[in-house]
Amino acid sequence: MEYEAVIGLETHVQLKTRSKMWCGCPNQFGAPPNTNVCPVCLGLPGVLPVANEEALRLTALTGMLLNCTIAPRAKFDRKNYFYPDMPKNYQVTQYDLPSTSGGYVDFEFQGRIARVRLTRAHLEEDVGKSFHFERSSGVDFNRAGVPLLEIVSEPDITSADMAYEYLNALKDILVYGGVSDCDMEKGMVRCDVNVSVRPKGSSQLGAKIEIKNMNSFSGVRRALEYEIPRQIEVLRAGGRLHQSTRRWDDLAGVTEEMRSKEHAHDYRYFPEPDLMPFEPSQAWLAEVASRVVELPLARKQRFMRDYQLPPADAQTFVWDVPLGNYFESVARHARNPKAVANWVINNLRAKLAETQTGLPDLKFPPTAILELIELVDSGKISTKIAQEVFAEMFASGDSPAAIVDRKGLAQVSDTAAIEAFCDQAIAANPGPVADYKAGKAAALNFLKGQVMKLSKGKANPALAGQILERKLKP
Amino acid sequence: MRMLNRLTISELVTRLASREVSSRAATQACLDQIERLDGRLHAFISLDADHALAQADAADRALALGATHARQPLLGVPIGIKDVIAVKGQPLNCASKILGRYVSPYNATVINKLQAAGAVVFGRLNMDEFAMGSSTENSAFGVTRNPWDLSRIPGGSSGGSGAAVVADECIAALGSDTGGSIRQPAALCGCVGLKPSYGRVSRYGLVAYASSLDQIGCFSKDVRDAAILLEILSGVDPADSTSVPQPVPHYAASLTGDVKGLRLGLAKEYMVGGLDAEIKAAIDAAVAQFEKLGARVTEVSLPHTDYAIATYYIIATAEASANLARFDGIRYGLRVEGADPIELYSKTRGAGFGPEVKRRIILGTYVLSSGYYDAYYLRAQKVRTLIRRDFLKAFEQVDAILTPTTPTAAFKIGEKADDPLQMYLSDIFTISANLAGICGISVPCGFTREPKLPLGLQLLGKPFGEETILRLAHAYEQSTPWHKEKPPLAALAG
Repeated sequence: MEYEAVIGLETHVQLKTRSKMWCGCPNQFGAPPNTNVCPVCLGLPGVLPVANEEALRLTALTGMLLNCTIAPRAKFDRKNYFYPDMPKNYQVTQYDLPSTSGGYVDFEFQGRIARVRLTRAHLEEDVGKSFHFERSSGVDFNRAGVPLLEIVSEPDITSADMAYEYLNALKDILVYGGVSDCDMEKGMVRCDVNVSVRPKGSSQLGAKIEIKNMNSFSGVRRALEYEIPRQIEVLRAGGRLHQSTRRWDDLAGVTEEMRSKEHAHDYRYFPEPDLMPFEPSQAWLAEVASRVVELPLARKQRFMRDYQLPPADAQTFVWDVPLGNYFESVARHARNPKAVANWVINNLRAKLAETQTGLPDLKFPPTAILELIELVDSGKISTKIAQEVFAEMFASGDSPAAIVDRKGLAQVSDTAAIEAFCDQAIAANPGPVADYKAGKAAALNFLKGQVMKLSKGKANPALAGQILERKLKP
Repeated sequence: MRMLNRLTISELVTRLASREVSSRAATQACLDQIERLDGRLHAFISLDADHALAQADAADRALALGATHARQPLLGVPIGIKDVIAVKGQPLNCASKILGRYVSPYNATVINKLQAAGAVVFGRLNMDEFAMGSSTENSAFGVTRNPWDLSRIPGGSSGGSGAAVVADECIAALGSDTGGSIRQPAALCGCVGLKPSYGRVSRYGLVAYASSLDQIGCFSKDVRDAAILLEILSGVDPADSTSVPQPVPHYAASLTGDVKGLRLGLAKEYMVGGLDAEIKAAIDAAVAQFEKLGARVTEVSLPHTDYAIATYYIIATAEASANLARFDGIRYGLRVEGADPIELYSKTRGAGFGPEVKRRIILGTYVLSSGYYDAYYLRAQKVRTLIRRDFLKAFEQVDAILTPTTPTAAFKIGEKADDPLQMYLSDIFTISANLAGICGISVPCGFTREPKLPLGLQLLGKPFGEETILRLAHAYEQSTPWHKEKPPLAALAG
């Protein structure tokens, strides 16, 4: 029998706020342990939470970016469980009235656009981080109370690779939208994976197995590459799977059971009495909506469609947004946007990197690139010379035409002058001349190169070719 | 001159302002009274006399430099603090063993407000552990005794605050009220106890028992002092999302003595059998007194009264089960080591919490459990809404509701200690106000004959209607002799 996997992901993302969720402590990675703490995030007796409004805004913004419905009324709840890294032994989260629900993520997968639907994205607080030493353990509460968004997908994912691509697409969207830096190294994204298998075509779901606390996308992929065949093997061997929670051992490359359903937590959710329900006004939502940006996939598709760019070029402008915006400002007026893309990607980007400068430092106006392209298209200068003109234009900010005039770089199309160069080249290279005459066509290119060299690159190459051919005709 | 510790806030302030007396002398008078009585009364868990006197000296210096009570209404006035409110640098035990030698690193908002007003903030007043109880017998530091009869309880949970004010160990005190924990001990000890409307006073720095019911309030020797304190304590606090941005009136201005035409309601559901005959007589007399003062008394109905106690013990314990989860031995307070975190929690909490606290945590855990949530917690929230509606509807007809504060006078220590349900019934008249979020005040309204024990009447007002109940309570108090009576403290000393 053939089996298929059904996968859903719960992705936890730290929001990019200056301060923590309930207090004014910095939301900052890498400080010495327990230095970004105060009575509130330590859960000392008597403290109360005050919701960070920017975290609420970023949550709504995420909802807008992920096509979710933004709740007219959201509230916070307490999720009760004991753990040493939990200052209050309850986590403030959103249970039955989350800030956003529904939505989806579209992404490129195996040459098509795949869609994973979302159940919800809700706001909660991060917990501290445990450290285990030789004889004791410690907890760093710097992370406790950092705003955390939990994005829950529907079980629309069917393979380890698809899970991997979904996560990357989600990350791109969140980084793009300024919602989170999604720095995996700093633990800003963590994942719980729900996976079950069933006979292919069945509409019934198998026993749900959760793999907890994955902290890299490649780890998720590897864990699924291990877990899916494991589950199928159990079923093939006539065994049964039961609902349970497993842990991924990254070194051993295996998952192992942590607890079964009988030992599942009863979190005893109830409404957080210390916080009022949140009802965003239209004006508040409009302000958040003004921060919505074009999503990576939409941008890529638009660049391919509107400017007829190949996927690789479009992708470059997705990854480098300012460069893409600059390209657009020029390409909008260009007859040949692909030529603009070539200049921007191959020349401009390289020059910026080489000089360690940015687009705002550019000395020439965007229209200069159009002028340069025009000089090449009209045969005024060769592509090779254009490189030199670009370098000069980048350095001085002078217009391409001015540079060409000043340096006398205009292409020589004067037949008499080129004939003279051709005669010189033929006289100086009897070998290649003999080769050409003997039927080796490639020798002509060598001679053409010699003409270009003698003319310091200014000879019109096409003209030079014609003249050489004529002169060498038997 | 009368002993300074016996003065009210307004009396002491007059003398401090005229520089007739010093804050040091007044504070020292309180400390001396504590020295004389508290060995037997046990209203205080601990006391930092040096800290108190240093604040008094600072107040005296400020007065010498021209500071005024117009700007700092409590300048130099010693105020005792219930052991559930955080004071920076002072122990915070909540009358529990579980906090060990914990010292608060920060001030509650009300403490900042009192100190900004110039008060001498001192002492850790005894209470039922984590404010759970009606007799102060649940303190891990020993019971507080009623100043009128040492064999009796002072009420609770703020029993230490009530006893200390009545025994003149401080000028006034702060307490907290989750189901009657200010009004009940005020009634049983014989002083004024005010529970403000939910959201009137910031809860930041009040160790939470039941977050949606808790409110800080005050104990005082008369109604005017309650008005003075409320004005200082009140106001929205950015650190407490449940505090309400409602303007703070000059409460003392509402004490006009004129209650003509004000409408007082008697809840027919509160006047049923089981009420102590002496209390009934005292309430009847108080009703007659209000009528004499020109108030109009009518009957109102609060149909869901019977459900209040059950509702309270579901909501309060549910919230408490989460609020008290942080006391786990990991970061502060008592720790009993274990082989793993679970064993450490279990041993620490087993050793650190008293029986009543454990009972309520277990009850609260139960009502929130999967499969029981809808039947208990959710239903209790619905009933709570009905109870609140009862009151809001009644307040369309009347300006305040008059009830006894307690069903009986102070009972004997140990009398109800083994019967939690009887103990829970002590709060039958006070508990609804917390569920409804309304304000309430208890004022002395007489005494039982033999033994002589104080009785209290309660006035309940609409949300943020403190001015009205203060006006009524003040007019009643000023036309009756009860608040002037003092317990036989001379017999207590030595």
